[in-house]
Amino acid sequence: MSEKVLMKGNEAIAEAALRSGCRHYFGYPITPQTELTAYMAKRLPKMEGGVFLQAESEISAINMVYGVAGTGKRVMTSSSSPGISLKQEGISYIAGSDLPAVIVNVQRGGPGLGGIQPSQSDYFQATKGGGHGDYHLIVLAPSSVQEMADLTSLAFDLADKYRCPAMLLADGTMGQMMEPVVLPEPKTGTVEKPWAVTGTQMKREHNIINSLYLSPEVLEKTNFERYKRYETIQEKEVRYESYLMDDADYCIVAFGIAARVAKNAITALRNQGLKVGLIRPITLWPFPSKAIREAADKVKGFVSVELSMGQMIEDVRLAEECRRPVLLCNRAGGMIPNVDMVISSINALKNQVEGGR
Amino acid sequence: MTTQILIAGFGGQGILFSGKLLAYKALSENKELSWLPSYGPEMRGGTASCSVTISDEPVGSPIIDHPDVLIVMNLPSLDKYESTVKSGGMIFVDSTLIERKVQRTDVKAFYIPSTKIAQDMGAANLANIVLLGKVLKDCPAISRSYIEEALKKVVSAKHPEMYEMNLKAIDAGYSYN
Amino acid sequence: MSVVFQKPKSLTSKELHYCPGCPHGIIHRLVAEAIDNLGIEGRTIGVAPVGCSVMAYDYFTCDMVEAAHGRAPAVATGLKRSLPEDIIFTYQGDGDLASIGMAETVHAATRNENITVIFVNNAIYGMTGGQMAPTSLPGQVTQTSPYGRDVKTQGYPIKVCELLSALDAPYYIERVAVNNVKNVLKAKKAIEKAFRNQIEGKGFSLIEVVSACPTNWGLTPQKALQWVEDKMIPYYPLGVYKDRSEEAN
Repeated sequence: MSEKVLMKGNEAIAEAALRSGCRHYFGYPITPQTELTAYMAKRLPKMEGGVFLQAESEISAINMVYGVAGTGKRVMTSSSSPGISLKQEGISYIAGSDLPAVIVNVQRGGPGLGGIQPSQSDYFQATKGGGHGDYHLIVLAPSSVQEMADLTSLAFDLADKYRCPAMLLADGTMGQMMEPVVLPEPKTGTVEKPWAVTGTQMKREHNIINSLYLSPEVLEKTNFERYKRYETIQEKEVRYESYLMDDADYCIVAFGIAARVAKNAITALRNQGLKVGLIRPITLWPFPSKAIREAADKVKGFVSVELSMGQMIEDVRLAEECRRPVLLCNRAGGMIPNVDMVISSINALKNQVEGGR
Repeated sequence: MTTQILIAGFGGQGILFSGKLLAYKALSENKELSWLPSYGPEMRGGTASCSVTISDEPVGSPIIDHPDVLIVMNLPSLDKYESTVKSGGMIFVDSTLIERKVQRTDVKAFYIPSTKIAQDMGAANLANIVLLGKVLKDCPAISRSYIEEALKKVVSAKHPEMYEMNLKAIDAGYSYN
Repeated sequence: MSVVFQKPKSLTSKELHYCPGCPHGIIHRLVAEAIDNLGIEGRTIGVAPVGCSVMAYDYFTCDMVEAAHGRAPAVATGLKRSLPEDIIFTYQGDGDLASIGMAETVHAATRNENITVIFVNNAIYGMTGGQMAPTSLPGQVTQTSPYGRDVKTQGYPIKVCELLSALDAPYYIERVAVNNVKNVLKAKKAIEKAFRNQIEGKGFSLIEVVSACPTNWGLTPQKALQWVEDKMIPYYPLGVYKDRSEEAN
C-alpha cells in the first residue's frame, strides 16, 4: 500500500486518473477546477503516450474526448458548471455512441455565470441526463479527497464496463481542500473494445462510431438496449454510506460536502439525545432509492441537505414514496449550510412529526 | 480530540502557507486533518482565510463555523471572526497590524508584533511564520513537534535557504514573551 | 475483357443518397482514390460531419466517426492524438466548417494539427433544404435570404482559404473545383497531396472544393456547373493559398 500524501481534491482526481491508465486529457481553464488541468499539463507531456491539450473551448474539449474515446483509450475532461453546460452536446453524443469517458464537474454556483463558490446545483443536469435525448451518466459524488481519488478510479472502470460516460460530481470545496490520501495503485483498463476505431488494418469490416439512426425503429431499439444496460447498472452499481442508521428516528440525506456538515450535526444532535442518521449517496445515478425506501419504514422523517434550491430532494421523495415528511435544509449560490442550520432543520422536522400526533 | 484552527488575513500574507504548515505537521504526526482555503479573488489581494482541522478521529466537515483557535493578521479578520470563536478558545493577534485588543473575555488572547519581528529579522514576508511560532508555544493542542518535517515538505526544494529562514522565524515567535 | 473503370476499393457498395447531379459523389470518389493510391485504407479513420454528407460513414470502407455539427476538427484532433500513426480526415460542408465549427477549424489549423480536411463549399445548407450558408454569395437567394443575401444585414461570405492562410501554422491550403474534367483532375491531385502531407507528418492540410447544389440552387445539374464557373469561382478563386513546403526552399 502506498503512503498517505497531502493533496488538493482537484490534484487527487488528476493523479488517480493517471494511475487509472488515462493518458489523454482535454480541458479549458475555469475556477474552481483549474488545478486539475494544471496538474495534467505538468504530468502528461512527460508520460509515454501522454497527451495534454488545452482546447479552444469546452465544446472542443469534449469533442476531442469523443475522438479519443472512439479509439478505445481512457480519456478525461474536467470543468466547472458553466463549462459543463457547454459540454452537454458532446456528452449526449458520447452517450448516444456508447463510448466510455470520464467527465469531472467541480461545481460552482449558478445559473448563468453564477459565482465561483461551491455548489451542488448541477444535480438535475448530472443525474437526469443533461444534454438532449434519453440517456444517463453514472454519477459519482465524492465526499473526501480520498474519494476524489477512489471514485475517479472507479469511474474509469464503470465507464469501460458499461460503455457509457461517467461523471464525477464534486464541488469547489472538494476540489480546493487538502486531506491525506492514499492513492490507488497504477492499473490499466482490461476491458476489450472490439468496437473501437483504430484502423481496420484490412482485417475486419469498418467500425463506425455514431449516434445517428434515421430509422426511428432502429433508434428506438438502441434506446431500449441502452436502458437494459442502465437497469443492470441500477441493480449492481448503487453505492451509498449508511451512517448511524440502525437506531435512527430521523434520516438526513446528503452527498459531498453537505454530508460532511451533516455528520458534524449528527454528532451534536446525538449529544442532545436525538437519534439521527445519514444516508449518503455515493452514486447519485443510480440513486440509492431502495435504501431510502427501506429507511422510510423505520424513520419518522427525512431532511435533505443540499447546496442548491432543492434538487436531490425530489429523488428522496420519489424513493420514500411520500410516506414521511421530507424537509429541505439548503443554501444556494455558493453558500454552504452550516451545522446549526442542519440541527434546526431536524428540530423543525421533529416538531412537525410530533405536532401531528 | 479535534482542534479547529482558522487563519485569516490579507491575500499575500501567507495565510494559506501557515495552514499548509499545520496540515503537514498533522500529517507527519499521523493525525487526521483537513485544509480548506478560501479561493478566488484573494489571490489578487483580497481577504484570505484557511480552515485547518486536526483530529484523532476522521474529520467531519472541513468547514469551521466556530474555531478553537483563531489566528488573525488584519483588523477586518478580527472584526469578522472574533465572535465565532468557541468559548474557552484562543485568539492569536499580529499586534503590529491590529491595534485593538480582543474584546471577548471568555477566550484567551495572545498578542505578538509578528510583522515587526519579521521585519527586524530582514524577512518581512515571514510574519505569518513568526505568528505561528507563538501559536506552537502557547496553544497546548498544537505542539512544536514535527514542525521541521512539515517545513521540509512545504518549502520548495528549489529554495533550501528558505527552510532555515522559516525555522528562524518560528523560533522568533516561539521565544517571544 | 479488361476492366477500364471501377469503383475505388475504399468506397463501400452502399448506394449514395445524394441528389442527382450532386458533386459529393465525385468528391467521395476522389478521397477514396487518394486512400487507395496511398495504400492507407487499413489505417485511415474518417470523420463525417452534419450536413448532406452526414452519412459518409456508410460510404467509406475505413473506420469512421460521426461528429456533432462543426466539431469534426476537434474529434479528428482527439483521434490523431490518440493514434498518431493513423491517417485522419474530416469531410465537412460549409455550414459545418465555416459557421458553427469555425472555432474548431481555426484552432485545428493554428495547431497545425496533422490531419486532412476536405471542405466542400456549395454556398448553401443542403440537408435542411436550402438555407443561407456562411459562403452564400452576395445577393444569393436562399430560403433564409429570400430577397437575396443582403451584405448589410447578413454579412459577407467567408473566404475560408484566404482566412486560414493568414495563420502562421497551417501547412497546406488549396482551393479546387469539380465543375469540369480539368478541375476534377486538379482536385484529385490536391486531395492526394493533402493526404500525403499527413503521412509525411507535415501537419494541417485543407482542400476547399467548390461544389454545386443543383437541387437547392434550383438549377439543372449542367446549369449548376455553369453557375460554379460564372459565379462561384470568380468569388472563390482557385489555387494554392498556403504551402509551407516552399518555406524550406
